[in-house]
Amino acid sequence: MPHDVVIRNRQLEPDHWRIVGAEPGEAAQELLPRGAIVVPLALWKERRAELVRRLEPIGVWLEPDQDPAEIAADLPRLALVAVRFPKFTDGRGYSIASLLRRRHGYRGELRAFGDIGRDQLFYLSRVGFDSFLLPEHRDPAAALGGLHDFTVRYQGSVDDPQPLFRKRAGLEASHG
Amino acid sequence: MYRYDEHDKKILAERVAQFRDQTRRFLAGELSEDEFRPLRLQNGLYIQRHAPMYRIAVPYGVLNSTQLRKLAEITRRYDRGYGHFTTRHNLQLNWPKLEDVPDILAELAAVEMHSIQTSGNDVRNITTDHLAGVAGDEIVDPRPYAEIVRQWASFNPEFAYLPRKFKIAFNAAAEDRTALAFHDIGLEFVRDAAGELGFRVHVGGGMGRTPMLAEVIREFLPWREVLTYCESILRVYNRYGRRDNIWKARIKILVKTLGIEEFRRRVEEDWAELRDPASVITDAELARVAAYFAPPAYEPPSDEDQAFAYAFASDRAFARWVGRNVHAHRRPGYAAVTLSLKRTGVPPGDITGDELDLVAQLADRYGFGEVRVSHEQNLVLPDVRERDLHELWLRLRAARLATPTVGLIGNVISCPGGDLCSLANAKTLPIAEAILTRFEDLDYQHDIGELDLNMSGCMNSCGHHHVGHIGILGVDKNGSEWYQVTIGGRQGRAAALGHVIGPSFAADQMPDVVQKLLETYLAQREEGERFVDTVDRVGLAPFKERVYGAPKELARAA
Repeated sequence: MPHDVVIRNRQLEPDHWRIVGAEPGEAAQELLPRGAIVVPLALWKERRAELVRRLEPIGVWLEPDQDPAEIAADLPRLALVAVRFPKFTDGRGYSIASLLRRRHGYRGELRAFGDIGRDQLFYLSRVGFDSFLLPEHRDPAAALGGLHDFTVRYQGSVDDPQPLFRKRAGLEASHG
Repeated sequence: MYRYDEHDKKILAERVAQFRDQTRRFLAGELSEDEFRPLRLQNGLYIQRHAPMYRIAVPYGVLNSTQLRKLAEITRRYDRGYGHFTTRHNLQLNWPKLEDVPDILAELAAVEMHSIQTSGNDVRNITTDHLAGVAGDEIVDPRPYAEIVRQWASFNPEFAYLPRKFKIAFNAAAEDRTALAFHDIGLEFVRDAAGELGFRVHVGGGMGRTPMLAEVIREFLPWREVLTYCESILRVYNRYGRRDNIWKARIKILVKTLGIEEFRRRVEEDWAELRDPASVITDAELARVAAYFAPPAYEPPSDEDQAFAYAFASDRAFARWVGRNVHAHRRPGYAAVTLSLKRTGVPPGDITGDELDLVAQLADRYGFGEVRVSHEQNLVLPDVRERDLHELWLRLRAARLATPTVGLIGNVISCPGGDLCSLANAKTLPIAEAILTRFEDLDYQHDIGELDLNMSGCMNSCGHHHVGHIGILGVDKNGSEWYQVTIGGRQGRAAALGHVIGPSFAADQMPDVVQKLLETYLAQREEGERFVDTVDRVGLAPFKERVYGAPKELARAA
């Protein structure tokens, strides 16, 4: 499942990651591809030692029903964590991101992939995703604007934990 | 009421722009119907039987006269000159054009209104007591808290794609006028032993196909923590709620499946780990928001004015209206007044644009420009001087807004049903009309006394039929419309679900069925008993016998 372009750092960037095992019917591979790969949780758990020995960038991707606590201890050695959205209406991935960032303190690249598009990017970016791989039928360049749907946020989240009410107080204080 | 500052206005303007662009892309074919559906639902827009159905939010039921006039204008300009108040404080339009909705949103934004999350699998409009702030039996005014939670829930990024819709209600009063036990989260104001204000938190209530009363997840939550704790409840629901079956996706099923202890354990664990001190509400924020709900400039009560007492004593129709539609106010010399939207020939909760204008005028003249929407689909003027009541009544009566039936059978609560809603199994409006006509006689209604009749056209229960003393549910049997009847349900502190009396009925049988239920009650009741009390005491059997007794009728029931 090679892709050339992702949205990262709020812009289009070339991408070198290869997500393994996310295509329906994709056979389990005995021989792992070279280069930076993102493996499913089951594969990570099964072949962890081997994967670490590869000395190439390694990431793990989660299904929405998988518990991020399962990789909590491994997060320092993962260069990327990805969360799959089988349908964009399945919102479990938003809480997974929130847990990875807030409970498990993950600071690396956090990627959303699967059925996501322009109209999900703002909320996805708020809960801690900073990298977005759109399906091939959606144009990432056209989706970029979705990151900027709102400039004011009522509630705190991963991108900015300060809710508006604390800023309001600050603004009033600074106005004397 | 709450007024928007520059930040609130900016957010709303950005929402309008976002939805305008989404609608444009949908109409241009850049978004598929499947891609657009959840986006339009989060703006209250359904595609319905005849046209889109569009739901406008009335946060915790509070409106001012400027907003009413704008709503009136919208019904005339974009719809067919009327709207429908729902059981969740919202106003529905039945005939807008999809391509007009962004313009309607912009019109609404001009008066600080919107349709944010009035549908979709997200946190819906926050509801509360329609007498909030004026009721004598409340321990605190819930509206500032409801506004703070409204802001937190609006565009909350983590909870926009929940397994199913999510409803939060606040009750601060001794008498529950919010159906609190039927909400996903019910926040009941309480004080702890030290006198600190907080909430008893209820979770997992709901109506629908599997009606359930909420259970208590926490006996006392300090008020400042309401956002952090709701967040943990929502996160546990978002992670573990079922997504494979729409009928089992509400939080009530998760609470039931896990059991309240395990559900509580997960929430408390999440809360212990993820509770963010930044989201703890500050005194400054509460004070800022509460200032918008400061009481209006009431006049001191005057002993000299005897007009009200005189009219009450001499005019029986007025006295009857006062008895049903006028409610005690915490301020001497003032009263809260229900404007009834239940009249023959008009679907329950429906109101025309011209009537909205009239209500705005009356609110300005008699009630500091403020109006509430009740969950029983009526409007309320919360602050009317007692000495104005008679004059107000005359004007309401002339406008057919003074049906004196609050709490009586004539106060029929009903969803729009199969005439307008594509989810419905059966029509509700002709049944409501037939019942209103059959029992139009006010003496008879007053003799029957307190009786809630609730009707829903399908299991989504928008008409809250489960809690009707008499509940009517539209069901589909092999493509034809039938009606299942329950009795013994009730809202309030002693909330209970109604019991099905037996096989369902055809539409034309319904007025007779209701009449037989009432006759059974009249024959059985003891001094001071309401219909629902008699049901409790004697059980279903006498009612069933009366309704199904004759073999010929039984044969017709399916």
